[in-house]
Amino acid sequence: MRWLAFVLCLAAAPLAAVQPDEILDDAALELRARALSEGLRCPVCRNESIDESNAGISRDLRILLRERLVAGDTDDQAVQYLVDRYGDYILLSPRVEGANFALWLAAPLMLLLAGGIAAVTIRGRSRAAGPEELSAEEQARIDKIMRS
Amino acid sequence: MIIELGHFALILAALVGVVQMVVPLIGAHKGWRGWMALADPAATVQFLLVGFSFAALTYAFVVSDFSLRLVVANSHSDKPMLYKISGVWGNHEGSMLLWLLILVLFGACASWFGSNLPASLRARVLGVQAAVSVAFYAFILFTSNPFERLEFPPFNGQDLNPLLQDPGLAFHPPFLYLGYVGLSMSFSFAIAALLEGRVDAAWGRWVRPWTLAAWIFLTIGIALGSWWAYYELGWGGFWFWDPVENASFMPWLLAAALLHSAIVVEKRESLKAWTILLAILAFGFSLLGTFIVRSGVLTSVHAFANDPERGVFILMILAIFVGGGLLLFALRAKAMESKGVFGLVSRETALVSNNVLLAVSSFVVFWGTIWPLVVELASASPVWRGGMANPFYALGLFDKPEQVSVGPPFFDFAFTLIFVPLTIILPVGAVLAWKRGSLSKAMKSMAPVAALAIACGSLAFALQTGRSALGPIGVILGVWVVGGACMDIWLRTGRGAISARLKRLTRLPRADWGKFTAHSGLGISVFAVAALLAWEAEDIRVAQVGDRWDVGIHEIELASVVEIDGPNYYGEGGEMNVYRNGRAVGQVFAEKRIYPVAQMPTTEAGIRNGFLRDVYIVLGDPQTGGGWAVRTYIKPFANWIWGGAILMALGGFISLSDRRLRVAAGAAKSASNAVPAE
Repeated sequence: MRWLAFVLCLAAAPLAAVQPDEILDDAALELRARALSEGLRCPVCRNESIDESNAGISRDLRILLRERLVAGDTDDQAVQYLVDRYGDYILLSPRVEGANFALWLAAPLMLLLAGGIAAVTIRGRSRAAGPEELSAEEQARIDKIMRS
Repeated sequence: MIIELGHFALILAALVGVVQMVVPLIGAHKGWRGWMALADPAATVQFLLVGFSFAALTYAFVVSDFSLRLVVANSHSDKPMLYKISGVWGNHEGSMLLWLLILVLFGACASWFGSNLPASLRARVLGVQAAVSVAFYAFILFTSNPFERLEFPPFNGQDLNPLLQDPGLAFHPPFLYLGYVGLSMSFSFAIAALLEGRVDAAWGRWVRPWTLAAWIFLTIGIALGSWWAYYELGWGGFWFWDPVENASFMPWLLAAALLHSAIVVEKRESLKAWTILLAILAFGFSLLGTFIVRSGVLTSVHAFANDPERGVFILMILAIFVGGGLLLFALRAKAMESKGVFGLVSRETALVSNNVLLAVSSFVVFWGTIWPLVVELASASPVWRGGMANPFYALGLFDKPEQVSVGPPFFDFAFTLIFVPLTIILPVGAVLAWKRGSLSKAMKSMAPVAALAIACGSLAFALQTGRSALGPIGVILGVWVVGGACMDIWLRTGRGAISARLKRLTRLPRADWGKFTAHSGLGISVFAVAALLAWEAEDIRVAQVGDRWDVGIHEIELASVVEIDGPNYYGEGGEMNVYRNGRAVGQVFAEKRIYPVAQMPTTEAGIRNGFLRDVYIVLGDPQTGGGWAVRTYIKPFANWIWGGAILMALGGFISLSDRRLRVAAGAAKSASNAVPAE
């Protein structure tokens, strides 16, 4: 259950998520840091980003990330710096490469496949649908009846 | 003594379950009336026995009987009574007993209210239902017995997890289970129909209320859980794409698909095989959800290996019922000849699109949820070290033997990809005629709604400060769906003077009103989620007592920080004043609690609920230089998310009370009379 994760996080260190003293003075840089940290996973929590997590290690990661940005890293470099140390595990959004194609392409492929099967079935069903459209004459008659 | 009686009742119920599983099924096969009739009393007896057993366990929690291992681990004598009772299902063993209680309750309901079912179908439904319950009796009695005593009882318990001591979460599991287990009825009906070899409109009419009820409970359960996360976890998140949440969301999506396709079976006698398949899969996802939650497999394959008994047991149950169900389906589906034919543009096609999108979204959520497991199994993980070479790794498919995470960014992408088309198709599809519709006519009738939606979206775009497209798109989709629902019900009144149509509006069948309410609820939720994500404002700062600061159009003042002392916790509370345009508009109280028995801190956010926005304030830690960390959020339209969900559930209830479903009795008799007795 999710609360187990929170037990873990809270027990680790009773801190709130982003702390006032972590926030960078440079607003643009802080915005970048927030956006990046939403995509990084807290290594000891169940399914939380370091932006949301209360765990001590998440605070360390947030500070580390900000240090890298202040040092002039690009977004990719800063994230890579953390991935080199903690592994792909901390990426909440798996990279689109190698086996992960099977993950990212699943939604479009399944949609195409299911849509295709449904389309073929419905076409088959509608071909058996019997009588064709009403003729203009019949339609006019029906309209007349409906109106009266 | 009461505990032992409860234990005994459970064992007895299991034996009754075995009888109910075997005898009526044989009776239905051979056409022996007496054997079939056994199912009804057996279902009632099972319910009474399990009910007694559950009551015995509840009694142990109420009187804090610390000779019971489960009570020691999950209760404490200081705990408020409400949480003593909710502690019964706030743990593995107790929650499985609750699951079982609901399962036999549904079985008993099918027997009590199923007098309009043909005898053989009812016997088969109850037999299959008993088979499911027997599997869970075995699971509880052999792997997770709640009635285990301790040899040396301690003086007090270890307390229930403080996060679970909350009214929202006290009732979240029962609703979710009512939903999960309700789908077992759809499953039993599907299997019974396959055994029977016949699916007709009457079958659709019987199966729909059960699915609808299950779906309503799932909706309420999920909404309660999401609402709880919002106010309890301290930053106002409402959905996390956590495996445990996904476990309840997958059956919800499939149940939604199922209750729509059951309409097609009922009205048009089409899509029969597909509906049966959906019913099997929906229950499969319920079992899978139980497996995910109960085995801990998705935290890590290794956590699963720590307690393999339970996980393997549920996996076996899953394999038997879903595997068996699908096998039976493969053998018998051919017999489900569909009668109704329909054109390329028709309500049937629209509902097929609905089903395709909902089913695919459900499977995408499934795939994303288990992907980390797939990668871990496929990489050089220690689970394969039992002398076995990892076949996937040997193939060189995975060059990086490590764990991956699949989080919100993936689900947001994949789910939006499917749900946006669904909301776009919905209003047009809802007004298409059965059998053969006219797309241009439907589009023409929806044109005013589309114009309104785009106008509202443009207005939202002009009014907002950022350039994000999320908010305006949310507005467009929300207005489109809600306006479409209004237009749909208006068109149902036919032609004529406005006064006559208004009068007719009140006389429409409840099914129409249910559809209107539920679809509107969906539109409102879609809008609210987009609006909240797009227009949320946040402020994090160190505040001294007496400080005032601006967040959006509000001004917040930290008035004072006081000590608090609860029944089983203590902590600090910050009193905050909320001002708007210099005028005080309210007060909130944000707490930080510590539960000494469980040694755990929790936050109780101070929330000022508003119709248009919530002001959400969290008191953080005291700072070394004096003052407190305070986080303030403005959450626009937060309440609308759950409001929409409640409307969806309400729509389900209205539809459930439709005359057609209530008077199905007569229809059923005539249907069963028409078929010669087997």
